Amino acid sequence: MNYETVIGLEVHSQLLTESKAFCGCSTKFGLPPNSSTCPVCQGLPGALPVLNEKAFLYTIKTALALSCEIQSFIKFDRKNYYYPDLPKNFQISQYDKPLAYKGELEIEWDGKKKKIGITRVHLEEDAGKLMHDAAKGLSYLDLNRSGVPLLEIVSEPDMRSPEEAGVYLQNLKSILQYLKVSDCNMEEGSLRCDANISVRPEGEKTLGVKTELKNMNSFKAIRDALASERKRQVELIQKGEKIEQETRLWNEESRVTVSMRTKEETHDYRYFPEPDLIPFTVDTKEIEKMKRSLPELPQAKKKRFISEYGLGGYDAGVLARDMEISDFFEEAARLSKKPKEAANWLLGDIARILNEKKTSIGDTALKPTHLAGLIKLIQSEEITGKTAKGILGDVFATGKSPEEVVKDKSLTQITDSGELTSIIDAALKENKKSVEDYKKGKANAIMFLVGQVMRKTKGKANPQKVKEILKKRLNNA
Amino acid sequence: MNTVKACISRIDEVNDKLNAIIYLDKEKALKQSGTPISIKDNICVKNEPTTCASKILEGFRPPYDATVIEKLRKKGFALMGKCNMDEFAFGSSCETSRYGPTRNPWDTERIPGGSSGGGASAVAAGEVPMALGSDTGGSIRQPAALCGVVGIKPTYGRVSRYGLIAFASSLDQIGPIAKNVKDAALLLGVISGYDEKDSTSANLPVPDFMKSLTKNIKNMKIGIPKEYFPEKGLDKEVSAAIEKAKNTLKGLGANPIDISLPHTKYAVSCYYIIAPAEASSNLARFDGDQYGLRENASSMIDMHIKTRTMGFGNEAKRRILLGTYSLSSGYYEAYYLKATRVRTLIKNDFSAAFKECDCIMTPTSPTPAFKIGEKISEPLSMYLSDIFTIPANLAGIPGISIPCGFTKGGLPVGLQFLAKAFDEETLIRAAYAFEQNTDFHTKEPKL
Repeated sequence: MNYETVIGLEVHSQLLTESKAFCGCSTKFGLPPNSSTCPVCQGLPGALPVLNEKAFLYTIKTALALSCEIQSFIKFDRKNYYYPDLPKNFQISQYDKPLAYKGELEIEWDGKKKKIGITRVHLEEDAGKLMHDAAKGLSYLDLNRSGVPLLEIVSEPDMRSPEEAGVYLQNLKSILQYLKVSDCNMEEGSLRCDANISVRPEGEKTLGVKTELKNMNSFKAIRDALASERKRQVELIQKGEKIEQETRLWNEESRVTVSMRTKEETHDYRYFPEPDLIPFTVDTKEIEKMKRSLPELPQAKKKRFISEYGLGGYDAGVLARDMEISDFFEEAARLSKKPKEAANWLLGDIARILNEKKTSIGDTALKPTHLAGLIKLIQSEEITGKTAKGILGDVFATGKSPEEVVKDKSLTQITDSGELTSIIDAALKENKKSVEDYKKGKANAIMFLVGQVMRKTKGKANPQKVKEILKKRLNNA
Repeated sequence: MNTVKACISRIDEVNDKLNAIIYLDKEKALKQSGTPISIKDNICVKNEPTTCASKILEGFRPPYDATVIEKLRKKGFALMGKCNMDEFAFGSSCETSRYGPTRNPWDTERIPGGSSGGGASAVAAGEVPMALGSDTGGSIRQPAALCGVVGIKPTYGRVSRYGLIAFASSLDQIGPIAKNVKDAALLLGVISGYDEKDSTSANLPVPDFMKSLTKNIKNMKIGIPKEYFPEKGLDKEVSAAIEKAKNTLKGLGANPIDISLPHTKYAVSCYYIIAPAEASSNLARFDGDQYGLRENASSMIDMHIKTRTMGFGNEAKRRILLGTYSLSSGYYEAYYLKATRVRTLIKNDFSAAFKECDCIMTPTSPTPAFKIGEKISEPLSMYLSDIFTIPANLAGIPGISIPCGFTKGGLPVGLQFLAKAFDEETLIRAAYAFEQNTDFHTKEPKL
């Protein structure tokens, strides 16, 4: 019996507003504990919320990018529950009228295009952060995060595998970053994801019992947790046992999900409309205006990169995924008029360096003009491809342009036949054995000799020219 | 007479008996000049004890001023400590305070009304010329009536709630308590105005309320709603005083007309679903985590339970339970949602009525002040004290209570005017005209 997996994802993303959802405190990450608070986000008696307009607009923007319908009547609700990281013991959220609903996100998975449904998008406030010191038996509460605006995006249970879920999340992250509404950093907690998963016999239409998975702190953890839970559910069903509808926590160490709470303990949140925030209506004209001013999104950009620059699908996709990279690429392509070369550098050596340094391209000294310059230098044969790699490293380190580096380090490629010939002759003299090997018919010996010349010129000789001249000299010798 | 020094002297004289003012830093007070004013204990005054007369806020000193306090400071008022109240404003008699009841200066065996009983008593006794109270279901107007002083509940949104420790967010308003209409109007003008920190405050200009002190109410149409003059439940002396007042107003050129507010009978039930529901959520934050009382226990949940059990009085517990119940899954539609719809009907009654009349007059309280201890064990009976004041809160309209007579036993009777939203001017005009043509406001209790 084959089982089909049914997955839905619930994503929370912190919005990149300057201030919190309902007060003017800064949302900056990493500040000293409890240094960015006020009576409102501390939940002090008498304090009142005021809606952050930008948070609201960012939510609408995201909803439009996800092709959602926008609610015309905007209201907030109180979600009542007790937890020390929730100072008011209720969260201002949205219940029955989320800001947006009925949207979709198109992904490319397994060679096919597929639309994942978006059930709802709404705005709410984040809770504070608790840290536990088991040794001291103390818990510490940091309210800096309390009140930070959160986007909640709930998908339809349209995904059919952990990998597909990962692709959906990657695409969603892309869009949020593109719109500059979130930085989607899972390590810093600005992107969080819970999952709902159930299984059913293939061909079966009704959904199986679902479990909710929490505590997955990376893309890999999400995929692993879903795979682990799928296995657990299938095994239970095969044994004839029932799946319990519950919340399970992913345990990174033991690599399994563990039950957190059962249905009996589920909260009654006693939702009711937030009386401290007056509902309002949205101007449809404003919505239309916002729709028109949305930036080009990753999918559309990928298509354009394929048609406009002649890039392959995979390369176009990777470049389009990150707005900083894609903007960098387009500028470098424009300046150098060599899009394929620019793409190769970005996807190859530059990507490697960024990965090593764990940084984003915007935070480095590398500029599109530098890349274009590098490409031009190679085209004009002023430097070799190999030298270029070294120069790249220097540009990253110093911020100097490639031209400056070439000048400073005298890296100009040696292409002058005369100059090359004397170096080659010297190399031939120093490597008489290789010359003999070559003459005996060992073709590879020439590569060794090319290598020796490259060494003598510190990589500055043009290898093709060297080989050309070497051959002539060897044949004449 | 209205200097800080004189007030302190009077407070020293009578406050032990009345228990109206529960906190006063005399040294600090004497450093101030300006009109003395005492503040209800649910309004945040920076670094001063603000406890809502509850054990659960023991030791809490807010790190900020309520907006109304900022306004008072700016205008140079002298803050004279905190007045007693029913715990968290839950009450109509000022008996649920953890500091003990406040007494009515006209008869110290009797309640001053509630929940702003401390403020009304203090003003009536001459401890301070003015006080700030709060009104959710009548908590300014009813004590004003029972203590023979003036109290105004502004239109919902007229005065900022920022810094008012919330009871029912959609009903609460801060308002003035004073000896006469002029002072109440002046204080109303000071505290009113749009506040960007309060999303429910109205972005409307504040009229100069002093301009309404004209004494001219010729041709003013005054609606007399038959539902506020029931056969049973309205004290005979109260209805007699109101009848007399009606004639006085007629004599001044006003035109009383009969009106009906048909949904009045649902108001108390509607209120006692909505208000406790909002209160149950507003009071959830009091759990011993950050400030106030914290009882020791071995687990977080036990600490919360113990703190709230020890910290809240019986009426607070009653309302939290009631509110939680009516919001809970399976009951929300039948209770809370239904009540909000009834609320709209009550509001519509007033809108319709104000097409026929300029303002409405009613008794403020169905009875004069009752004895301390008389109703405290009968919550439902206590709740009915607010039968005439509650509808205005549900509808969001402004109301004023002014003295209009005395019972044979010498207890004050209050007259209430109601006007349409943001028309406090009509209230002040009607009240002032009545007041200036009578002498009830000049009488003082013999303490």
